[in-house]
Amino acid sequence: MTVQAPGAETLLEQARAGSEAALGRLLSQVERGGETARQISQLCHPLTGSAYTLGITGAPGSGKSTLTSSLASVLRRKEQRLAIVAIDPSSPNSGGAILGDRVRMTDHAEDAGVFIRSMATRGNLGGLSAATAAAIRVLDAAGFQWILIETVGVGQVELDISGAADSTLVVVNPGWGDEVQAAKAGLLEIADVFAINKADREGANQTERELRQMLALQGSDCAWKAPVVPTIATRHKGVEDLFASVESHRCWLESNDELDRRRQSRQWTEVEHLAISRIVSEARAMISPGNHPDLVRAVVEKSVDPVSAAEALISGRPLKSKHE
Amino acid sequence: MLVAKPGLDGHDRGAKIVARALRDAGFEVIYTGIRKEPELIARMAAQEDVDIVGLSILSGAHIALTRSTVAALKKANVEGAKIIVGGTVPEADIPKLKELGAADVFPTGTRMDDLVARCKALVGNADAPDQ
Repeated sequence: MTVQAPGAETLLEQARAGSEAALGRLLSQVERGGETARQISQLCHPLTGSAYTLGITGAPGSGKSTLTSSLASVLRRKEQRLAIVAIDPSSPNSGGAILGDRVRMTDHAEDAGVFIRSMATRGNLGGLSAATAAAIRVLDAAGFQWILIETVGVGQVELDISGAADSTLVVVNPGWGDEVQAAKAGLLEIADVFAINKADREGANQTERELRQMLALQGSDCAWKAPVVPTIATRHKGVEDLFASVESHRCWLESNDELDRRRQSRQWTEVEHLAISRIVSEARAMISPGNHPDLVRAVVEKSVDPVSAAEALISGRPLKSKHE
Repeated sequence: MLVAKPGLDGHDRGAKIVARALRDAGFEVIYTGIRKEPELIARMAAQEDVDIVGLSILSGAHIALTRSTVAALKKANVEGAKIIVGGTVPEADIPKLKELGAADVFPTGTRMDDLVARCKALVGNADAPDQ
């Protein structure tokens, strides 16, 4: 049994008692990874289960941040304590990022019931940070009743958000019908609720009809049918209805015993991802060309083909070249 | 790091240019928006657990605002964040700002590459992304 870092335990106690600085530090630790992050996960995991996680995704410019902020207002009116994680992309060149979502959430700047944290993807694909699941775990253990995860909206890349959240909200805008078919298919599969934001724009009704038609064509009889809700986030219109749709989804999950089943399945998927990611890094280090100069030369000289070279690396057996 | 505009100053073009330069140097930059009270800046610094709190002040009130931000950060239990001040700061005020707790000061006219290099030196780690 490893000794717990006193830092992690104390920080968690302080975070649960309401210290935002302690919570901020815990979140940074899980982002950094390593042994302390593992200890934090171990401390937090038994304390999880009471927070409901809502993922919010959609194309850049769809109004996700404003809508997230509006939803937070609805939750606050219902006296729920919530955390918002706003994820933005890291620059592939410099590794840096501008994390600008919280600028659109100024309504909650002074509300002690709303905790906002920005995170960068740091090279992770799929719209999330690699530490998102761990961050959710920390926030759940810290006692928040709702966790809103606002992702990088890419629309054409497989999105990880449905693998991290209890409910997934997809935000589109009127005129969405013009976009690529493939993107639509992906979004249809992951959405539990749709919001047509900026619904005061032209084409809102048509977009709503199209969406409903597409949704009607897919899925089995006992599957959840995603509601489509028009909203104007900047004017807080439609947001109460949107929240009601999310709540319906939650009730549906709970009454069908789906909530626990899905959470358990997601947890094991997280274990798999972490394990595979470690195995891949270790494998990469092992097979790095610097470690096998003879084999590299043999492939270049065409005395060994790439398939046999790979086999040799995996089995660790020295190869007979063509010329022996 | 946090790039904050405390007080009543509404000109943020400079702050945004600095934010982009820092992003291009590998920093994760959270921009707070204009006209933020020191207490709000401190709250953001706590939630985001930043390494640097950058105050961009063009109003001339840099001494008062630095003093109140340092106090607010302490009250919010933000440990370890270095404070830097940029904007219309006369050379003569630099020692006073450092005395109040600023780790570095960048008056208007500081070269961008100099600013970036000095920020990197403050966090001391060339590889990992710094906030």
